Amino acid sequence: MSILINKDTKVICQGITGGAGTFHTRGCRDYGTNMVGGVTPGKGGQDVDGLPVFDTVEEAVDQTGADATMIFVPAPFTADAILEAVDAGIKTIAAITEGVPVLDMVRVYEAIQASDSTLIGPNCPGLITPGECKIGIMPGYIHTPGTVGIMSRSGTLTYEAVWQTSNVGLGQSTCVGLGGDPIVGTSFIDLFKLYEADDGTEAIMMIGEIGGTAEEEAAAFVAEHVTKPVAAFIAGRTAPPGKRMGHAGAIISGGKGTAAEKVKALEAAGIEVAESPADMGAALQRAIAKHS
Amino acid sequence: MKIHEFQAKELFANAGVAVLQNRVATTAAEAAAAFEELGTAVAVVKAQIHAGGRGKGTTVENPEQHGVQLVKSAAEAQEVAENLLGKTLVTIQTGPEGKVVNQVLIEQGCDIARELYLGIVLDRAVKMPVLMCSTEGGVEIEKVAEETPELIYKEHFDPHFGLQGYQVRKLCKKLGITGASVRSAVKFMQTLCKLYVEFDCSLAEINPLVVTSDGDLIALDAKMSFDSNAMYRQKGVAEYRDLSEEEPTEIRAGEAGLSYIKLDGNIACLVNGAGLAMSTMDIIKLHGGEPANFLDVGGGADKDQVTEAFRILLSDPNVKAVLVNIFGGIARCSTIADAIVAASKEVGFEVPLVVRLEGTEVEEGRRILEESDVDIITATDLTDAASKVCAAIGA
Repeated sequence: MSILINKDTKVICQGITGGAGTFHTRGCRDYGTNMVGGVTPGKGGQDVDGLPVFDTVEEAVDQTGADATMIFVPAPFTADAILEAVDAGIKTIAAITEGVPVLDMVRVYEAIQASDSTLIGPNCPGLITPGECKIGIMPGYIHTPGTVGIMSRSGTLTYEAVWQTSNVGLGQSTCVGLGGDPIVGTSFIDLFKLYEADDGTEAIMMIGEIGGTAEEEAAAFVAEHVTKPVAAFIAGRTAPPGKRMGHAGAIISGGKGTAAEKVKALEAAGIEVAESPADMGAALQRAIAKHS
Repeated sequence: MKIHEFQAKELFANAGVAVLQNRVATTAAEAAAAFEELGTAVAVVKAQIHAGGRGKGTTVENPEQHGVQLVKSAAEAQEVAENLLGKTLVTIQTGPEGKVVNQVLIEQGCDIARELYLGIVLDRAVKMPVLMCSTEGGVEIEKVAEETPELIYKEHFDPHFGLQGYQVRKLCKKLGITGASVRSAVKFMQTLCKLYVEFDCSLAEINPLVVTSDGDLIALDAKMSFDSNAMYRQKGVAEYRDLSEEEPTEIRAGEAGLSYIKLDGNIACLVNGAGLAMSTMDIIKLHGGEPANFLDVGGGADKDQVTEAFRILLSDPNVKAVLVNIFGGIARCSTIADAIVAASKEVGFEVPLVVRLEGTEVEEGRRILEESDVDIITATDLTDAASKVCAAIGA
């Protein structure tokens, strides 16, 4: 079992004819993802490695039955691409693109809330159900099918967590990169609900970072509603205030959004927090041991 | 991206948000002329730097000279400008090194009945912009938020529809704004919210917002910053960027498409991905070291970009060791390895270099490094990397 995507998921790529779109469509297909086509306005009728290219998402859905998309279009057009996917009834939308203006996301978020679609990202690596379906840019080979759900605001740090959990003999159910922007389509809480309800997920790892209050909100949710073991790590304990640490959303502003506040909230909710980024796998093992 | 007060007031004035008459001066003579032109009995000379706390801050050169000062004659304006221009102003927000003042704003005085606070930011939890007001104007809003949060009043607004009139009227009740001033407040706040959306702001703050004895609202101060992701569609705002306010190495890194922030420590780090880069800083600290920087080379970095990254890192005289931590995803370990070899040939590593590679093309990357003659301390995982780099400098 898994959340959001599985071996039956049919995936298209918006921006398939661009360099990144073509490259990662190939990567997902090689991993075993059921890629069924792509969309680039004005290039309908062409093909990429034999996959049909359509002018619109609506047409792609009609012709292929796609229910998921990964978006690689440039940042100025990403809001449009997401809204087009929502309009076409795509269930799972992963927006990989970095650099989307935040006010675009205020508008997109409202549309997502009013729809049946789930948006992952933007500015994220995507999501993967190991051995079944990879939608995004993560290196597939580090993942192992298993029972840990991993979610994170950071890309490469997720790879690190996946690597560590695989190394201690724990595979993953579904791993989701939420994205590093101030407003993203899916929150930790949204995924806690899905992981909690998923029979294939037995433990949950959340990786947060400085900026905003998403981790504090998630901690409060876990205390009330999550019965499965949870471990966490927060990046940015040494980050100076007022500086954007690479991610648009990773900033301590007005003294708020520090790692210390987040760790405190997580620990108060009974979550096992890894002190060091090298300790994520071990923290998860401790959470599981404590639980049983 | 931040801009200066005088630039924010220019945007305010163009949009119809009330500000006082003012002039910008880059020389003392210009400041004196500005005072004459304004033609008021009193004026205020304000140092223009990208940091708050200017009124309480003082210059390094003259501890008696504050960053904001009331003047009553052209001669006095000239003297204060002389004391500020080209001098280094230290405020609670600049850090001990301070910032050099290159311009001063000369603004006419005004008759103040009340000082309020007004700010617009993005509320990430609600996922909408929020207008915040307080009766506690002129003081640090963070302090108000900490001590008396009940004195901050908030109204969220949808960027499509803007702030509604009723929302301002609600705020006016709480702020004690009455009579004809309410109409003035509605126009003022709605215009400011429109400006926030139109220019892709990340912050628009007025502290203090003044109510004059005639009941008018005026922005006595103005602070704005903008969403860097939106600069492609905000060409006019992008021109306000003042490179002299930024760290030269950070500008250089930005030009190379790298995300770099200079810090005070002595262990340089080169990492792919923002989260992993922050975590690498954290683990260095956990092992007793101090990171010299944050550096995310990103996923698509090529050999030239990574080589430039090494040049930037090694240009910091504090650096005593370098830690490379790569978990290849889109970024390939082989690219990083090639760049390490190139940088070694070109700039040379005179300090210990610890390298931890994992992920995409790791075997190829390790082979490139082994076959090169670059002196490298190889690490197998994060803990190993951090302890080796700290040991290398005796931390």
